[in-house]
Amino acid sequence: MGKTFAEKILALKSGKDSIVAGEIVTVSPDIVMSHDNSAAIAKKFKQIGVEKVKHPEKIVIPLDHCVPAATEKYAANHKEIREFVQEQKIKNFYDINTGVCHQVLPEKGHILPGTLVLGADSHTTTYGAFGTFATGIGRSEVASIWATDEIWLRVPETIKINIEGEIPPGIYPKDIILYIIGDLGADGALYKAVEFSGKVVKNMDMGGRMTLCNMTVEMGAKIGYVEPDKKTIQWLTPRSNKKYEIIKSDLNAEFEKIIDYDISKLEPQIACPHTVDKVKPVSEVTGTKINQALIGTCTNGRIEDLKITSEILGDKKISDRVRLLIFPASMEVFAQAMELGILQKLVKSGAVIMNPGCGPCLGAHEGVLAPGEVCLSTANRNFKGRMGCKEAEVYLASPATVAISSLYGEITDVRGDLK
Amino acid sequence: MSIKGKAWKYGDDVNTDVIFPGKYTYTITDPKEMALHALEDLDSKFAKEVKKEDIIVAGRNFGCGSSREQAATCLKYAGVGAIVAKSFSRIFFRNAINQGLPLVQCKEAAENISSGELIEINFEKGKLSCKKGVFDFPPLPESVLGILNDGGLIPHTRKILKIEKPVCVRTRTGRGE
Repeated sequence: MGKTFAEKILALKSGKDSIVAGEIVTVSPDIVMSHDNSAAIAKKFKQIGVEKVKHPEKIVIPLDHCVPAATEKYAANHKEIREFVQEQKIKNFYDINTGVCHQVLPEKGHILPGTLVLGADSHTTTYGAFGTFATGIGRSEVASIWATDEIWLRVPETIKINIEGEIPPGIYPKDIILYIIGDLGADGALYKAVEFSGKVVKNMDMGGRMTLCNMTVEMGAKIGYVEPDKKTIQWLTPRSNKKYEIIKSDLNAEFEKIIDYDISKLEPQIACPHTVDKVKPVSEVTGTKINQALIGTCTNGRIEDLKITSEILGDKKISDRVRLLIFPASMEVFAQAMELGILQKLVKSGAVIMNPGCGPCLGAHEGVLAPGEVCLSTANRNFKGRMGCKEAEVYLASPATVAISSLYGEITDVRGDLK
Repeated sequence: MSIKGKAWKYGDDVNTDVIFPGKYTYTITDPKEMALHALEDLDSKFAKEVKKEDIIVAGRNFGCGSSREQAATCLKYAGVGAIVAKSFSRIFFRNAINQGLPLVQCKEAAENISSGELIEINFEKGKLSCKKGVFDFPPLPESVLGILNDGGLIPHTRKILKIEKPVCVRTRTGRGE
């Protein structure tokens, strides 16, 4: 019997010849990422009693969760991190002018196929789009890895998801992953590796693959994975000159489950309050009034997403009932959107262009909600209180659905305007 | 080790945002203060009324969502002795063990316990006693149990590295509140 990607890479990283799903192994990661939580991690690290981090070159720290600092406390937090990276000689530090960690790490060449990346952030699964084994861990674990360069991981079973069919108009990677999460449930892939395959995934650009892998954690998955191909290599080549080895599941690998989807008749999808798996076709909730529309975050803040937004808004003005916030995922995306003239057009439509960062996604700043308000967002979570107020409602959809809805001031099916 | 406490029962998919809201993740750093907000957006009575060794009993996928460790820390410092659930989200599972907070994955027990009843858990024997009977649960893997028995990952790492005493650390730089 052949091996899955997860079994092969964790065997490699634990120095064993062969392992099977269910085993617990001790591994040494290639990259360890943390963000604004690095000050708290640094405190835990010092509590261990070690003076210096073991491998400063493996540590990557972008600031993104509350940038620029919203209050004195956030400012002090950032200051502690800047002091710590200096003291520990951590070179891969990206200050507030870079972007969201899950966009910045691939852009800066830290994410390579066949590597093991651990991050103090649940959406670390995003990097699986590049054929990387990437998953989220907690603060204490990052502190412990800084000190020991080791961590235990359970080798996950793999669910293979084949996505086939012709993509209908108005359907984007976000609709596909929302549909899958709705179908499998918030724990439908708990502890599992999810390998995306099929014609639709092969034809998908890297941004779309990142959206799929980003949201696998919303069905409990440990990692998302897309087999690297020409597109992956093309995307990575200008960003890193490091050597890497592509690791793939064997053709006769033992998958726990293989699930096939044909998306030829898929309608635009939306996650309704207050869970990500409460997914419905947009057509079932059209007419729901919205107060805020948000396009961006680690799920949908890439250039592909901003292009779609701009195409849909065109020269039209958004509803005066709606505040449209645009968060490019990184400064690179921001600059590209500026060069393409996208940002000017969005501003003319009435959008507010924000600086790259997580923004109000986790309820910290830059567009938190008031009681009774409704936000339609391209982000990845809609839990009660997520955007700073437990009496507010958050819906999740594709950039196309959010853009069209901002024009009408209510949840709108994008297909109506595409005809 | 065994504990005895009152059950606080909740449903499926209790997520980290309702356990410890994102808006506090960088503003609250003291674990005792974190405890005051435990389960704030799910059950406003919990943080005020929870007693030491009380036990949370929940459905599937407890702790889903963010990787924030404070979700485990706030419950630990609120006095929670253990969490019994049908299943746990993977990062929360790790975070709880790393904070020295024991978890019991037992579908039958989670289904049979009523809110407010007194339950007893014996971790060595893998037995949970409640009104409706005694339920067995599988022990944690040895390597994971080692972390729990050492009181969490930080003391465990200190032990691995043979560091005897924690060094004195500066925990705050500021101009006072």
